[in-house]
Amino acid sequence: MLGYIGIGFAAGVVEKGVGLSLLEILLLSLFVYAGSGQFIICGLLAIQAPISTIILTVFLVNSRHFLMSLSVTSYFKPYSILNNIGIGTLLTDESYGVLTTALQEKRPLTAKWMHGLNVAAYLTWTLANVCGGLLGQFIPDPNRFGLDFALTAMFLGLCLFQIELPLKKRTKQTLQVLASVVIALVLFMRFTSAEIAVIAATLIGCLVGTVTHDA
Amino acid sequence: MLNLNILILILGCSIVTWIPRILPFAFAQKLKFPPRAEIFLSYLPLCILFALLIQSLLNFRSGNWPTIKGPEVLASIPALMVGYYTKDLMKIVIVGIVAIALIRLVI
Repeated sequence: MLGYIGIGFAAGVVEKGVGLSLLEILLLSLFVYAGSGQFIICGLLAIQAPISTIILTVFLVNSRHFLMSLSVTSYFKPYSILNNIGIGTLLTDESYGVLTTALQEKRPLTAKWMHGLNVAAYLTWTLANVCGGLLGQFIPDPNRFGLDFALTAMFLGLCLFQIELPLKKRTKQTLQVLASVVIALVLFMRFTSAEIAVIAATLIGCLVGTVTHDA
Repeated sequence: MLNLNILILILGCSIVTWIPRILPFAFAQKLKFPPRAEIFLSYLPLCILFALLIQSLLNFRSGNWPTIKGPEVLASIPALMVGYYTKDLMKIVIVGIVAIALIRLVI
């Protein structure tokens, strides 16, 4: 949970850095409540991507939550649909991580326990975001201190966590996927806008991943 | 302190993050994805984060080939090393910021 505070804090500073007000930061963490989603919003805001593009990208990024939710629904079968929707609403990468660890250790799971975990994470996240935004306010020129780089560093970290395991387990195939993303990105950046290039490169990377998955 | 465009953005993004999260719970056990689509989606987080990382290390120049941001690439090296050993996002960010600040001080 401590790591969660750090990410939220950095998110707040970055959000402030791309020009969001404290109120906007509060609303963003309350309503969107998605770590990588919020960083991606900042990244796209920084390159002045149109709102429709940002929403589409956030949708693509968070479609993975669909799979996460899908994989745990069976454990909450006995509970009401309202309970289930409540659990789904606040499910994040982090709370999913804690949940799957608990499942591995065969600890008994209740909806109440899950709600407790989710709500604690939710409040921590929002508080950390606002604190980060508050600190960001006192930094007159965040770029001079390299704070604009926080976003790149954040992508680097999130990317590293995503890449490490597949890179070790299926080195060649993962490299193929990554190479196709880079090639597509550079090609599309030559001929389209930066944000379209990101989406196109992502979809091409997924396609290459799917095709080479069983090879 | 509240920009209308940002408000629309927040609302839009909240809907597109909420729906994928609750959909399986709302429809519970009846839903089943074709395996191919599941594989495709499983590559999404990796590909999009990688694309965003590389994109943030490149200068976009309309109608031209992108160029590499030298100082940023350089600062990524210590951040990557710290990330590899600590697995701590906060430490990656702090090291990255310190590194780029130092590089900009020198250049």
